[in-house]
Amino acid sequence: MKKGENEKIEIELLLQAILLKYGYDFRTYAKSSLKRRIMRRLSLSGIKTISEMQHRVLNDVNFFETLLLDFSINVTQMFRDPFFYKALREDIVPALRNQPAIKVWHAGCATGEEVYSMAILLKEEGLYNKSRIYATDFNEKVLKISKEGIYPIDRIKDYTRNYIQSGGRSSFADYYRARYDFVKMDSSLRKNVVFADHNLVTDSVFGEMDLIVCRNVLIYFNRELQNRVFKLFFDSLSDEGFLCLGSKETVKYSDLSDDFKAIAKGQRIYRKENHQTSKARIRDKKTQVKDEV
Amino acid sequence: MRYDTIVVGASAGGMQALRIILSTLPADFPMAVIIVLHIQSTSDGFLIDYLNSICEITVKEADEKEKIMPGIVYIAPANYHLQIEEDRTFSLSIDEHVNFSRPSIDVLFETAADVYNEKLIGVVLTGGNRDGSSGLKRIEESGGFTIIQDPETAIADSMPQSAIAQCKTARIVRIEEIGPLLIALSESYKADFICKAVK
Ligand SMILES: C[S@@+](CC[C@H](N)C(=O)[O-])C[C@H]1O[C@@H](n2cnc3c(N)ncnc32)[C@H](O)[C@@H]1O
Repeated sequence: MKKGENEKIEIELLLQAILLKYGYDFRTYAKSSLKRRIMRRLSLSGIKTISEMQHRVLNDVNFFETLLLDFSINVTQMFRDPFFYKALREDIVPALRNQPAIKVWHAGCATGEEVYSMAILLKEEGLYNKSRIYATDFNEKVLKISKEGIYPIDRIKDYTRNYIQSGGRSSFADYYRARYDFVKMDSSLRKNVVFADHNLVTDSVFGEMDLIVCRNVLIYFNRELQNRVFKLFFDSLSDEGFLCLGSKETVKYSDLSDDFKAIAKGQRIYRKENHQTSKARIRDKKTQVKDEV
Repeated sequence: MRYDTIVVGASAGGMQALRIILSTLPADFPMAVIIVLHIQSTSDGFLIDYLNSICEITVKEADEKEKIMPGIVYIAPANYHLQIEEDRTFSLSIDEHVNFSRPSIDVLFETAADVYNEKLIGVVLTGGNRDGSSGLKRIEESGGFTIIQDPETAIADSMPQSAIAQCKTARIVRIEEIGPLLIALSESYKADFICKAVK
């Protein structure tokens, strides 16, 4: 198909232009989502071709920022997938309880709803004071909203329901104050949170984390980039640290499928498998077999 | 083989329609079948268990990054758009609803048309909205084979009606004849015959 072929080339060139001009690399994102975002922006903005869009992006930084927002898809919720948070409470909290300090990394935190959910959970479990949460995203605009913690009030009904389903121990209303059409999250929830710009495509390892939460971000990456990010997470985790993915994301089809062990039934919660120890285990087994023979 | 993949969209009444079609397909059916069924925002695997219990062909939820294989029926997970990548793997997205739906039939059909071109069969079934029409049109334009459930046999007819209005060459087929038609299309010599008959 001629049309499809040219379109593909135009998209590659557009992504190349964005990389050269602004340093954001989308070339290893899953193509079908990107294409849909591009086509949608094309029809909204009245631009006729992708090549024309490339010209616009190069010469108009505001247009680039619009496109960046399009590409980053910041849809999120508090206590999204309540049963995930329930599993966090039941399966991970006990393992963290005895640690002197807890480091949590939210990679791709969008507008921060997930971060406040985690802060509430840790608080209710009596772990917040010894925790530090690193909340990162590659989009400055959404990070700013995260820091402010101000959300439209019409979403609170859903969030309250999610909170209750997730095993919340108190009243959700304790954690925010309503003003006009908005709620502001309690500032005590932010006390131990560090918000930072971090790009999973280009930036490197992030401390010795006990828990990494990266949900609904990897679905936008192709396999090659997913492999890179799983490696990055592996290297950023402490021994036996936890990795939490979105409910439809999996390490199963990646190069690192053997390096993480699924631990919660029905949830995508993994524990880092220590290479050295598991290799040693295999070696032990082999010598054992030999000895027996 | 003339065709290698089938995409199907269904909404209200879709469960029953899928049961009728999928239960006719043999375990060694040589094409992949990829389905969007508009359902509730939470799904618990019931649909898949149920379909597996009555079908010879294997039915499973489409996994992120999974390689698409012939002889398997894939169902889009609730609350995500299901898309097909050029390397014939699935990808998911949680961007905004399309036609008030997520998963949206149009999203699946359009990304599938881009990848499979004339090797694709698109099927629009019963439903009370208009999702799937522009996707089916896109399949038609890329040279694929298009089928619409005869509205007379549909529990809700606006989805097939809307698709009929947009797709000029689509075949309008009674629900009980769709399965046999797909089987015939999977056998290449018959497929050529059927295609000629349509033109
Ligand atoms: C759909 S949101 C997920 C939000 C939240 N984690 C959730 O599950 O509700 C995806 C987020 O990933 C971020 N993102 C996309 N590419 C990224 C990258 N290369 N580095 C860091 N963040 C990225 C986007 O900016 C967006 O905020």
